[in-house]
Amino acid sequence: MAQARENAVSEAPYYQGLAKSMMFTIALVSLAPLLGYALLSGYQYTTAYKEKVEAHLRELVLKHDQSVDSYLREKVAEVQVLGEVVGGDRLKAEAEITSLHNALVRSHGSDFVDLGIVNAAGVQVAYAGPYPLQGADYSNAEWFQAVKRRRVFVSDVIFGLRGVPHFIIALLVDVGGEQWVLKATLDFMAINDLVEDIRIGETGLAFITNRAAQFQTTPRRDMTGEVKLLHNILARGGEDSILGRGRAAITVVDDPVTGREVLFVTSPLKDGEWFMVYQQDTADAFAALYRIRNVGVAVLLLGTVCILAMAFLLSRRMARKVEVADQEKDMMNDQVVEAGKLASVGELAAGIAHEINNPVAIMVEEAGWVQDLLEEGLQKDDNEREVQRALTQIRSQGARCREITHKLLSFARKIDPTVERMCVNDLIREMAQFCEQRAKYANVRIETSLEDGVPQVEASQSEMQQVLLNLINNAIDAMDPGGGELDIMSRAEGGDVFISISDTGCGIPKANLQRIFDPFFTTKPVGKGTGLGLSIIYGIINKMGGDISVKSVVNKGTAFTIRLPASKEGMRCAAGNGAAGEQPPADGGRSEETGG
Amino acid sequence: MADQPLRLLLVDDETGFLYVLGKRLAKRGFRVETAPSGADAIRVLRGQDFDVAVLDLKLGDMDGIEVLDVFKKMVPDLPVIMLTGHGSEQAACDGIGHGAFDYLLKPCDLDDLLAKIREAVGREENA
Repeated sequence: MAQARENAVSEAPYYQGLAKSMMFTIALVSLAPLLGYALLSGYQYTTAYKEKVEAHLRELVLKHDQSVDSYLREKVAEVQVLGEVVGGDRLKAEAEITSLHNALVRSHGSDFVDLGIVNAAGVQVAYAGPYPLQGADYSNAEWFQAVKRRRVFVSDVIFGLRGVPHFIIALLVDVGGEQWVLKATLDFMAINDLVEDIRIGETGLAFITNRAAQFQTTPRRDMTGEVKLLHNILARGGEDSILGRGRAAITVVDDPVTGREVLFVTSPLKDGEWFMVYQQDTADAFAALYRIRNVGVAVLLLGTVCILAMAFLLSRRMARKVEVADQEKDMMNDQVVEAGKLASVGELAAGIAHEINNPVAIMVEEAGWVQDLLEEGLQKDDNEREVQRALTQIRSQGARCREITHKLLSFARKIDPTVERMCVNDLIREMAQFCEQRAKYANVRIETSLEDGVPQVEASQSEMQQVLLNLINNAIDAMDPGGGELDIMSRAEGGDVFISISDTGCGIPKANLQRIFDPFFTTKPVGKGTGLGLSIIYGIINKMGGDISVKSVVNKGTAFTIRLPASKEGMRCAAGNGAAGEQPPADGGRSEETGG
Repeated sequence: MADQPLRLLLVDDETGFLYVLGKRLAKRGFRVETAPSGADAIRVLRGQDFDVAVLDLKLGDMDGIEVLDVFKKMVPDLPVIMLTGHGSEQAACDGIGHGAFDYLLKPCDLDDLLAKIREAVGREENA
């Protein structure tokens, strides 16, 4: 009981380890495909969805970009037509320019705010519009300088005094051989509204800036904090544009003002002087994607938790089952060992019966002979002397029986598994002697070659007897019929004691060699062998911390070698038949012969 | 029983057994020759005729069955009764397969042996 409990305690970590490794395996096998599939499909879905959203935003920006660009180009063209068709000379007349302005207002609505002509010195000589700007000096104005260089100039959007977004289109006209400037101021409100109206989601908004990130339209919300960021993005000039020339380039950066990740779509217009910019928080732009991703992650987490829980429970249950099965197997093994012990007792009994039969037969016949003689009368011939001889014979055969029974009793007395220090040489001699009779009948010569001073081993006397008896019996069986040589050797080597038992018998085929230690494996006919002997030996030797190996060649013989660890405190065996210990090894004990 | 004493060859490696059983059978009118080994038995059989042989299954030098085979080769008509102390009836049965008349388990009652001998010799005579 105590031992069983001890075993249970010592084996508990083994089953825990088993449960752990099973849990790990189940979890790995179940989770790996799930995770792989989730990652792969998640990645693909994300990529596809992002591409779609980005394509949509690009298209949106490009569309507006184009409409703004064509608006500007159209206005410039109109002013150019005016300049060329009407001519500078006519336009410097106040009445002429006013009627022209009126005509423009009539056909274009409020787009053309005013119209003026500026002479080469920068003074506005004629003006038509809502403000009194006649005679204004523009010689230092930026647009005036620029138009002189470029012939046509479209200014940035100016909010000016009026607080209304407008821009100037200026072009050089020839007035009396001088380079004068026709200047038209246009209302930018329409474009402003057009761009301002682009709104997607909660944070999506669009605006136009110039290269220096100065706003040309009013963004829906205050963007002054982001000017530097915008400047950086525009300076990079849409290097990641897939359309080339920086068109509809997408940049994703962290907005330092809001602290959120923002997606910018930028596209140049007005020959790269301005940029159409669309921006949206990525969280907003990909809101649907993130929602689906979150659901996916939640499902994945839930699945993982379920799998882990299942793996945990399943592995614990399986480990428990294995443990129960192992316990049952151990119990079975114990029963098998018991059965084997009984079987070897049976073999032993057969051997004893055989050995005792001969003297008994003699005694029976001698007794019968005495009876014969008594019937005849003791006086006749030398009957009396014959009776005397018969009685002596009966006594001596009785003594022979007594010797056998004593041997048997000493054997039986030792059937207990108590481990003690013992000398293998003594035991080998004893067993060789014990099997002598059987060997003689089987024509087997038993030779022992025992090394002097072999260390003692810790073993159970009776179990070792069982081991040797079994191996010797097997060897004798292997040499039947015909007989042969049975060598039993002992030697010490590096803290171990080796016992080898080799025969010149039929050998064991290779196919059987690895199975011979399996319980119930036997090649003997049914009823002749239990197939337990070697498995029991294996168990006994293993228990002692040793091992048993076998070498065999068919038709040459078999050699079993047992290795037993030498007892740490044990003494060395004396040579000869003496008990272990004290006596110094006697010479000549190296090799001896018994039987034959 | 015929006027001529029956000639009996007794083979066993236990000399003590051989001696006393020989004496007892001689007392009962047999002319007994004993042999303590297979080789001796074959030599004796070569020199004389016998009516019956009693052969132990286990001999020191040879297997009883081997001796039986030699006997049968030399004198095919000789009835042979096997004795076995081995306890294994299988070996004795094998002996019958090799031409033995019958077998008896050792130790056996002398009367049983005598009956078996008479049975064997009688059958021979009738044959």
